Amino acid sequence: MSEEIILDINNLRTSFFDDDGEIKAVDGVSFKLPKGKTLGVVGESGSGKSITALSILRLIDSKGKIVDGSINFKGKDLTKLSTKQIQHIRGNEISMIFQEPMTSLNPVYTIGQQIRETLKVHEGIGKEKGNKRAVELLQLVGIPSPEARLKQYPHELSGGMRQRVMIAMALACKPDLLIADEPTTALDVTIQAQILELINDLQDNLGMSVIMITHDLGVVAETCDYVAVMYGGKVVEYQDVISLFKNPRHPYTVGLLNSIPRHDIDVEDLEPIRGSVPSPKNMPKGCHFAPRCPFATDLCNAEMPSLDHLGDDSDVRCWIYSDRWDGDPEVNVVDQKTTS
Amino acid sequence: MFQFIVRRLLQLIPVLLGVTILVFSLMHLTPGNPAHIIAGESAPADTIKQIEERLGLNDPIPVQYFNFLKDAIMLDFGNSWRTSLEVSEELWPKFWVTFELAVYSTIFSIFIGLIAGIISAVRQYSFSDVSIMLVALFGLSMPNFWLGLMLMQWFAINLGWVPATGWGTPQQVVLPVITLGTMGAAVVARMTRSSMLDVISQDYIRTARAKGLKESIVIYRHALKNALIPVVTVVGLQFGSLLAGAVLTESVFAINGMGKLVIDRILARDFPVVQAAVLVIAVVFVFVNLLVDISYKFLNKRIDLD
Repeated sequence: MSEEIILDINNLRTSFFDDDGEIKAVDGVSFKLPKGKTLGVVGESGSGKSITALSILRLIDSKGKIVDGSINFKGKDLTKLSTKQIQHIRGNEISMIFQEPMTSLNPVYTIGQQIRETLKVHEGIGKEKGNKRAVELLQLVGIPSPEARLKQYPHELSGGMRQRVMIAMALACKPDLLIADEPTTALDVTIQAQILELINDLQDNLGMSVIMITHDLGVVAETCDYVAVMYGGKVVEYQDVISLFKNPRHPYTVGLLNSIPRHDIDVEDLEPIRGSVPSPKNMPKGCHFAPRCPFATDLCNAEMPSLDHLGDDSDVRCWIYSDRWDGDPEVNVVDQKTTS
Repeated sequence: MFQFIVRRLLQLIPVLLGVTILVFSLMHLTPGNPAHIIAGESAPADTIKQIEERLGLNDPIPVQYFNFLKDAIMLDFGNSWRTSLEVSEELWPKFWVTFELAVYSTIFSIFIGLIAGIISAVRQYSFSDVSIMLVALFGLSMPNFWLGLMLMQWFAINLGWVPATGWGTPQQVVLPVITLGTMGAAVVARMTRSSMLDVISQDYIRTARAKGLKESIVIYRHALKNALIPVVTVVGLQFGSLLAGAVLTESVFAINGMGKLVIDRILARDFPVVQAAVLVIAVVFVFVNLLVDISYKFLNKRIDLD
């Protein structure tokens, strides 16, 4: 990749510690995000995608801890910054929006107060100028009659409007990177499309980079340039979005694609992935996907494959593509129906 | 907001009327003829008759109630049956002493309780959390007259830092306020802790952190304001019980307050004084809880008070 890399996550490990010991939520995640592009991080619940996102801004709660790895953002390793330094980055150079717009705004402060607060803490902007900027921001995210909204409380707005306010707040200090953690999951389908379009437009206009955390491949197809597929706390496949949909490599990615309805291919039945995501407390010893994989062999069950670079700019974590593959040499991962 | 307050004030009228009916019934439901209480059991019949006439005891009950109500509104509770002094003259100085004691104790409970509760919540399960909650448990379980005696023993008698009894100087205020306020502080601390813990795990607290705010601002500006509603409720209820329940503390520290007055006059069957005291406590309690309701609206605009 020749483009400038804005975010480079290397072997990130985030664990939670409780009485039962360590739970590895994120277990060696690596990916790169070129400047101005959108990276989709896809996976089922429990794949570690949200924890990865929260780890970037070090927002994991007190029981969780980044145990290893580095997160390089514009030449700084975010894992090594002091609390003060990371607070300077949050909301300023990297912003984040969340899944639940209904509960993500503080119910006891007005929209204006909450937007002004970000401007004040990072740019020292006072009330009057802050109000002007807040109105501009609300206009930018397509909220009608923004002056009136400033004095409103979150409960007076709909979910879609609140998510727009969250986005306005996130954009207040013109961040280089926006992390969107399932920004549309809690919204109606029509509103979802609006919000995604808004994020896309803003990105084009402001030149931001975006990390889009989602479990929805439709969202990925619409918004992303690159995709990292996560499973069991690890990245199992990384490709640009077109190659991923055209030529998925990992059996899990294929499984995800098979479980959504498509209009471009004639499919009789949707093929869900068998079984469910293993609990992080007892991950399989070998490849984490092996128990659900139609192609799994003894090797898969015994040893975790590494994330290897294949010729055409794609990374895959699967034994099928290695020299040590001990299954059918003619295996076709796309064709899962006959083998299962 | 203004409309709301006016409406709430109007709503207080039936509540207060109810209180006056109960207070008025005190005298008529207790056995014994008031005239006999005043003049003594062996008083001559015409003295009794005279007193009955003077007190209006021969009027129909509704008329008596109406007269009582009319006087009560003018803050005229008649004369004491024991000392013949005007009730208001006897009551007010003592009411203010107790009111002061209750106000200072409430401030003490809020101050100590909030700080302790916030520390506990922010450092959940830490050594400071466990210690604070243990102390709060002691504070809750300790009878306050015992705490008062212990404080007096240590700080007044052994160390001689403050006087053991009386009320008025700042030094005299310290021990009674701690004695009366400790239980409230413990309740406030526990309430603040659980309320804060609930709020801290909310999504908007994560949003506040993601904005790059300092942790102190996240806690004091974003979490505390949301966590205060249950705390304010408890404080309002506490204030009423402090006002009515200060009698033990007053006895221990020989404070000449309303609690002591009421107990003395109940034993002496001096009804006008008892009635006035009960009425005053009820009115203050009702107004404090009105203040609590108004403060809800300031804390959370979403609360619909209508």
